[in-house]
Amino acid sequence: MIHAAFLIPALPLAGFAILLLCGRRLGNPLAGWIATGFVGASFVVTIIVFAALFARSPDTRSFTQYLFTWFSVDRMNVGVGLLIDPLSMTMAAFVTGVSALIHLYSIGYMEHDERYSKFFVYMNLFVFAMLMLVLANNFLVAFFGWEGVGVVSYFLIAFWFGRPAAASAGKKAMIYNRIGDAGFLVALFLIFEKTGSLTYSVVFAHLSSVGRANLIAIALLLFLGACGKSAQIPLFPWLADAMEGPTPVSALIHAATMVTAGVYLMCRINPILHLVPDAAHTIAWVGAATAFVAATAACAQRDIKKVLAYSTVSQLGFMFLAAGCGAYVAAIFLMLTHAFYKALLFLGAGSVIHAMDDEQDIKKMGALRALMPITAITCLVGWFSIAGVPPFSGFWSKGDVLMNAWSVAPALWGIGAVTAFLTAYYMGRQYYLVFLGTPRWSSAKEHGDVAMKAVDHESSLHPKDARKVMTVPLVVLAVLSGLAGFLDLPFHPDFVFLERWLSPVVGANLAHHSFSLAATWAFSLVDAAVALVGVGIAALVWKSAVDRKAIEPRFLYFAWFVDWTYDHAIARPSKVLASFAATVVEMKMIDGAVNGIAAAFRNTGTKLRRVQSGYVRNYALGVLGGAVLVIAYVVFRARG
Amino acid sequence: MSISGEWYLVLSAVLFTIGAVGLLVRRNVLVMFMCVELMLNAANLTFVTFARELNDIGGQVAVFFVLVVAAAEVVVGLGILVAIFRRKVGATADDAHTLKG
Repeated sequence: MIHAAFLIPALPLAGFAILLLCGRRLGNPLAGWIATGFVGASFVVTIIVFAALFARSPDTRSFTQYLFTWFSVDRMNVGVGLLIDPLSMTMAAFVTGVSALIHLYSIGYMEHDERYSKFFVYMNLFVFAMLMLVLANNFLVAFFGWEGVGVVSYFLIAFWFGRPAAASAGKKAMIYNRIGDAGFLVALFLIFEKTGSLTYSVVFAHLSSVGRANLIAIALLLFLGACGKSAQIPLFPWLADAMEGPTPVSALIHAATMVTAGVYLMCRINPILHLVPDAAHTIAWVGAATAFVAATAACAQRDIKKVLAYSTVSQLGFMFLAAGCGAYVAAIFLMLTHAFYKALLFLGAGSVIHAMDDEQDIKKMGALRALMPITAITCLVGWFSIAGVPPFSGFWSKGDVLMNAWSVAPALWGIGAVTAFLTAYYMGRQYYLVFLGTPRWSSAKEHGDVAMKAVDHESSLHPKDARKVMTVPLVVLAVLSGLAGFLDLPFHPDFVFLERWLSPVVGANLAHHSFSLAATWAFSLVDAAVALVGVGIAALVWKSAVDRKAIEPRFLYFAWFVDWTYDHAIARPSKVLASFAATVVEMKMIDGAVNGIAAAFRNTGTKLRRVQSGYVRNYALGVLGGAVLVIAYVVFRARG
Repeated sequence: MSISGEWYLVLSAVLFTIGAVGLLVRRNVLVMFMCVELMLNAANLTFVTFARELNDIGGQVAVFFVLVVAAAEVVVGLGILVAIFRRKVGATADDAHTLKG
């Protein structure tokens, strides 16, 4: 059954093709159901292949399905092949699973959109590209998927391109990703130059001959690519702007799947990172710094989706922290649980935004719990999961990351713990402002009966839970968020299911920490305490308050003024340079040279035109004179 | 008794000069044409003279080519001449200076 693997990316591709050709004719909601069906089928195939892989003994859990030769130039031979191993299948399983749920949700969320079928065209294409990225057996096919998700991300962020903010957010994401992709490409050149291949297995077998400096360069360049895709310092600002896209897009692409590609890449190149611990630790520190910066920024956002966006950046930072510490299992574990609870939180936010008639400011919400019970309860699970409240999934995955961070550098653990506290706090802030407290939106009741008659029915709000296609994914994701933590329990070697499952891929290069059971318990208790303190402080501060200017400074609202800094340090000097090029280089130098040559010819022409008198006798004189000269020359030469 | 070749060459030079000067100083298009013919035939005379002196038939052959060219030139030239006179009766060569730069 493992040979069915090619169907995993092929099914979303088929869905994409069908919807592209006749999506509009299929219409609303059939196009959405077809898209969901193909992704769901892909998920089923993934599970079958997963089971087939699971049935093998751990040593043989790696299978390459070679599909065709992509191109062959000189000694470069690139084939399209699917690598089926525990890491890729874990990724594929949650990518297809979460994608299918979000597709289902989108059927409801996008139902009033004019370009309904186009949305699903992009979504299916995205799933295909993501699966190619995950399942590729070589760097170049992975890069194909990498670029594929990048370009679909652009389409989907700018899906409502009529809004200038959405259009420019799409461009911003594209540009930031280009910077990272340049690093990725250079790394590929270097890998091919040094090993003569781009296939993972061949490359990893030849690492000993690459040289340390080159390995560091490759690791850091690939990390630059990952920084762009996974929104790490210094390339993170695009993710917050990407929230201009429809909410299911934010949930699927900018929280659960695409942005995790960078972490996946870091885990995939674990043999390289293992050889150059310095580079790996750089990654860990960048991840920790990103986690902290983004978490503080999330504390001061007003837009419900921007809180989640910065939270995603922060969580991705945690994943890089783990990968950099050599804790690849912890990174994948956090990625997996994060995919569940962040998708859940985004979809919950989408439901709230729908119910509030496209209002995204959390200061204008409040008291939605009674009106939207399903959304409120599932979001509560999401909040506790991301906050790391035991026994929800985030507690286990984040605890795993933090323990590994301690074994590399206690300072990393410190940053991580503070960030974990902030995570619990800002998500609590959001939950209190949205679901609890007093309603700050204008309902029909507030207008009073008399005023009510004058008010158009459309303008009054009646928040309520969305219909079934939207609430079912919420419930499923909430269950997964709650339970996914049990995939990898730290207390006994028999319980680390995920670690054992992934060990054929990362086992040899995994950092091993040797904490006693008591130390493990101590870490867990500290984590739990940090989470509960965060939750408690959020409750204390935001239970009855709406605005607290002191703890929502502009500095954090604008995310440490990173955008401002880039604007002043890069964008504006570039503009000055561009206008210099346009007005001086272009106008004066290039145009000047061109016009100067033309003017020179015109001036000589003006002078020489007098020669053309129009009188035949003048020309005849010229001919005669010329003939005399030629003859004179010939005669004198003959004589000389 | 035969006249030596030098006299022919002198005559040819004189004829050519008359033709050239006539071409430059006269305004009447028809006369200018005749001057051109004079120059051509002066050249022909030179050719023939040298053909005789050097006992080379090539010079006489060249004359035939010159005659053919002259005939063709006259055809085109007279055509232009007629066209000019159609536009303006009694036009001189200086009247046809529309291509002045």
